[in-house]
Amino acid sequence: MSEEQIKNLEEQFEARIVRDDKIEPKDWMPEKYRQTHIRQISQHAHSEIVGMLPEGNWITRAPSLRRKVALLAKVQDEGGHGLYLYSAAETLGISRDEMFEQLHSGKAKYSSIFNYPALTWADMGAIGWLVDGAAIINQVALCGTSYGPYARAMVRICKEESFHQRQGYEIMLKLSEGTQEQKDMAQDALNRFWWPSLMMFGPKDDESPHTAQSMKWKLKRKTNDDLRQQFVDQTVPQAELIGLTIPDPDLKWNEDKKGYDFGPIDWDEFWQVVKGHGPCNKERMKARVNAWEEGAWVRDAAMAYAEKQQERKEKQAV
Amino acid sequence: MKKNWPLWEVFVRSKNGLEHRHFGSLHAADADMALENARDVYTRRNEGVSIWVVESKHITASNPEHNGELFEPAQDKVYRHPTFYNLPDEIKHM
Repeated sequence: MSEEQIKNLEEQFEARIVRDDKIEPKDWMPEKYRQTHIRQISQHAHSEIVGMLPEGNWITRAPSLRRKVALLAKVQDEGGHGLYLYSAAETLGISRDEMFEQLHSGKAKYSSIFNYPALTWADMGAIGWLVDGAAIINQVALCGTSYGPYARAMVRICKEESFHQRQGYEIMLKLSEGTQEQKDMAQDALNRFWWPSLMMFGPKDDESPHTAQSMKWKLKRKTNDDLRQQFVDQTVPQAELIGLTIPDPDLKWNEDKKGYDFGPIDWDEFWQVVKGHGPCNKERMKARVNAWEEGAWVRDAAMAYAEKQQERKEKQAV
Repeated sequence: MKKNWPLWEVFVRSKNGLEHRHFGSLHAADADMALENARDVYTRRNEGVSIWVVESKHITASNPEHNGELFEPAQDKVYRHPTFYNLPDEIKHM
């Protein structure tokens, strides 16, 4: 194709997005659109899969059967969400194996929140309430994104996600009604997960180089800072309601903007964790790589069995 | 020898009376496993009463770049639509 033809196609493509036409897998798309989507959707999928690890750690130690079945169902949902997203990414021409390879080699990132440890049962509450709460805000914004398979996966995920947040908040509520020790445990979990949750929305707008392009493609409907503000405004009253204190001395209501002002985020910490120096980066990656390598014989055996069955069927047919 | 599990497309009937609809895709070694995985991945909350799976490679899809030739012949056949026909105002429902 000549440069002019490509430019023409690109203009038509951008016009389709402007009028809210969805882009489907076999449609022509600029190479940059394809690559950006592969990167974002696969990182999103990786986040769901790695996100199973901190909570999986607590399934066998859940304090009651009610909590255990809920946590089990939540972790299973996360596995499901990862699979919806991997499938969506595959429609863009990358294989499942390549994506795993990128995750295992460290080339692909995942949400850095999962590089923090889940130390106590209260962390199951804080993760559901805050981490899933932040994820929902990001994901609701993505339900209207321009790439059809991604948007459809997001709609499905959002439907399932609200139970995650509610079960987390309920855990925090119960703990905050409990003994002093239980209240302290809930407060401690909030203290540790508050700032990393704010970091989940990504760098500040003026340090986020891809924002303009992503807004254009509807990969983002609101900026990082807007979404972060929305999260703070919705979460502070929820903390107050159950008698927990947000660990931010600068937090205060701003009547003019009808929202909360909050203190500075430690971006050095954020970048440290993104670059692999968080408390659990190595452990998380080791768990994923082990699961993949130690499961290899199972995948091979299933394939060999399927082939044998197929051969037998063909022989009988003769 | 490394062989990847093939890709399957999943179609779910959400309740009797409705058609099967494409829900998504997944990898599985064979059809039985594809059905079981589809149950776990796409119907964890009673979303379906029936599942079809078909290996993706068996689907032939039209090419959107040829949409013009493929669908254009329908565009100038307005006489296939009820609004093409003029009726007296007295006829309210037809």
